[in-house]
Amino acid sequence: MDIFLQQIINGVVLGSIYALVALGYTMVYGILGLINFAHGEVVMIGAMVALAVINALSGTALPGPVIVLLGLLVAMPTCMALGYGIERIAYRPLRHAPRLAALITAIGVSIVLQNSAMIIWGRQYITFPPLLPIKPHFIAGAAISDLQIFIVLLAAVIMVGLLFLVHRTRLGRAMRATAQNAEVAGLMGVNINTIISITFVVGSALAAVAGVMVSGYYGLAHYYMGFSLGLKAFTAAVLGGIGNLGGAMLGGLLLGLIESLGAGYIGSLTGGFLGSNYQDVFAFFVLILVLVFRPSGLLGERIAERT
Amino acid sequence: MKYSSACAFAILAAALGLLGCGKEQTSSSELVVKIGSVAPLTGPQAHLGKDNDNGARLAIDEVNATGVTIGGKKVKFELISEDDQADPKTATIVAQKLVDQKVNAVIGHLNSGATIPASKIYHDAGVVQISPSATAIPYTQQGFKNAFRVMTNDEQQGKVLGEFAVKQMAAKKIAIIDDRTAYGQGLADQFEKAAKAGGAEILAREYTTDRATDFLAILTTIKGRQPDLVFYGGMDAQAGPMVKQMRSLGLNAKFLGGDGTQSKEFIKIAGADAEGVTASTPGLPMEKMPGGSEFLKKFESKYGKIQIYAPYAYDAAMTLVEAMKKADSVEPAKYLPVLAQIQRNGVTGPIAFDAKGDVKGGAVTLYQVKGGNWVPLQTMGQEAPPAADAQPAADGKSPLSAGY
Repeated sequence: MDIFLQQIINGVVLGSIYALVALGYTMVYGILGLINFAHGEVVMIGAMVALAVINALSGTALPGPVIVLLGLLVAMPTCMALGYGIERIAYRPLRHAPRLAALITAIGVSIVLQNSAMIIWGRQYITFPPLLPIKPHFIAGAAISDLQIFIVLLAAVIMVGLLFLVHRTRLGRAMRATAQNAEVAGLMGVNINTIISITFVVGSALAAVAGVMVSGYYGLAHYYMGFSLGLKAFTAAVLGGIGNLGGAMLGGLLLGLIESLGAGYIGSLTGGFLGSNYQDVFAFFVLILVLVFRPSGLLGERIAERT
Repeated sequence: MKYSSACAFAILAAALGLLGCGKEQTSSSELVVKIGSVAPLTGPQAHLGKDNDNGARLAIDEVNATGVTIGGKKVKFELISEDDQADPKTATIVAQKLVDQKVNAVIGHLNSGATIPASKIYHDAGVVQISPSATAIPYTQQGFKNAFRVMTNDEQQGKVLGEFAVKQMAAKKIAIIDDRTAYGQGLADQFEKAAKAGGAEILAREYTTDRATDFLAILTTIKGRQPDLVFYGGMDAQAGPMVKQMRSLGLNAKFLGGDGTQSKEFIKIAGADAEGVTASTPGLPMEKMPGGSEFLKKFESKYGKIQIYAPYAYDAAMTLVEAMKKADSVEPAKYLPVLAQIQRNGVTGPIAFDAKGDVKGGAVTLYQVKGGNWVPLQTMGQEAPPAADAQPAADGKSPLSAGY
């Protein structure tokens, strides 16, 4: 029982990490219909910049969480500027080009960012100093740390905050109007370029938060970390229904749980026929099943309505 | 659209500039010999790949600085570095690329999973290959006369690890994880065989990948079986986070790994949790290597800290050059027989190959992390020097003495 509980905790925390990143994907997609493949790399840059600050300050007398917060406060504007720059340089000139062109550009941006990070920070792993509360508490034999609880709560709070932003504020209304019909929104006095820039800036700020959380949780950052994380988060966003904020959260949690329970139990369920090496196969099998029956994802009706 | 076309021009101009620089200017009296060096230079194992590449580069730079004359011509060696991303598919692509560039020999690849498929391409093209670090058994069992390695294979390492786990670490219940690469899987299989033979019980065999960072799910399953030792067949980039996550779950079993784990980077990643972790690397500890301290000084002044395999890459390159010098030819057909019979003192120890292309001598050293550093525990296995097999050296000189 404690093993099962532990697997659930593992899955929920992993899922929240996926959700944190997936929210950034889904927000840009919801407004622009563009899959921003560079998002994973922005997460990585966020982690790297924050770690540079954190490692510089880690010798000082400041308490751990304050240092991490300072790192985040430097990483966020950096990522916001980066997100603005990416949109301005790579996506805006292609706004009226076929979708495929924008997609390929996104992949190109991701490669440029990855290799730039390799040149700046090197090929080594950069370690996160032990500043965050990762001492496990044992509940019914299952280990959970304050950081893990914080990650789950943070993902939920950010999701609610984004929902509020999009559905309850003036800016959000402008975003939704741009998403529905950019031309008409422009005629109604919405400055489309500003709205899209803001979308990217907010998405990149989220990426910085995700980057700091992920590197703090696993204790390391690497110029390559954005790639696989981005891929998993993208999968989660698609699973939940890309473009839907609640869907990103649901998809993330579901993917995390499937991976964790799949890796944990697939061996004993199949009598040793399939092992934990099938954990990704298992996760993607579920994704395929969901897409066969619900092509727009679990909560993805809104996109279908709009197009 | 104005500035995007300006951008395109800038990129085009830069590309042309690069091409211009790439053109070699060679005088007719100087012979340029191209040698390929392949390792993962990007991706999760880039730090290890760069380490190998630097090891080979140090050797080539040294040789070029002293100047070598082969077949009456002054020879300039040119190292062409390629990136296989530790990926078998990419490995065959870069192997073909090197063959097309008419390289004379290849030092690489780093990973067994990449080395084995690439070796077929080198074999078919008649290119000599020495891998500094591929230890999976099948590499030299394909009957390729041109494939060599300067590190002992996993048969010996797995055996030593298994025996060490059972005897010295008193492990009775063992869980095994591997990363499903040719190296990780092969080492884990050999370890399992030896540990079972020693009387230990294998409680679980779990799997991950060489790109993963989260191991909590499989570690939780393992925790449920309560092993007293966890063995990992794979690289440091996974072993580091794995140890941390084991401790965070309250799984206090001992941790044992192979050469992929025994790097500086592992200690950096695992931090305080690295303490007490044991891992093996074929060969002797750095300070006991015949040319170890000297190599360490040379390497670190130029490239910084050594990860694991740099001295082996250096030896692979030096052995190649030595064979070419002895054969007085840079033609693979001429120097290959000389290479197969070579007897020389490398930085890592005496280098001589058996009929399959494996390096002779089977020492494996076990290390443990103590106070944030890898400390050699003991060297196991026969430290057979080439002399033991009593094969006459190609040049008629007596085989090297058996120091280590």
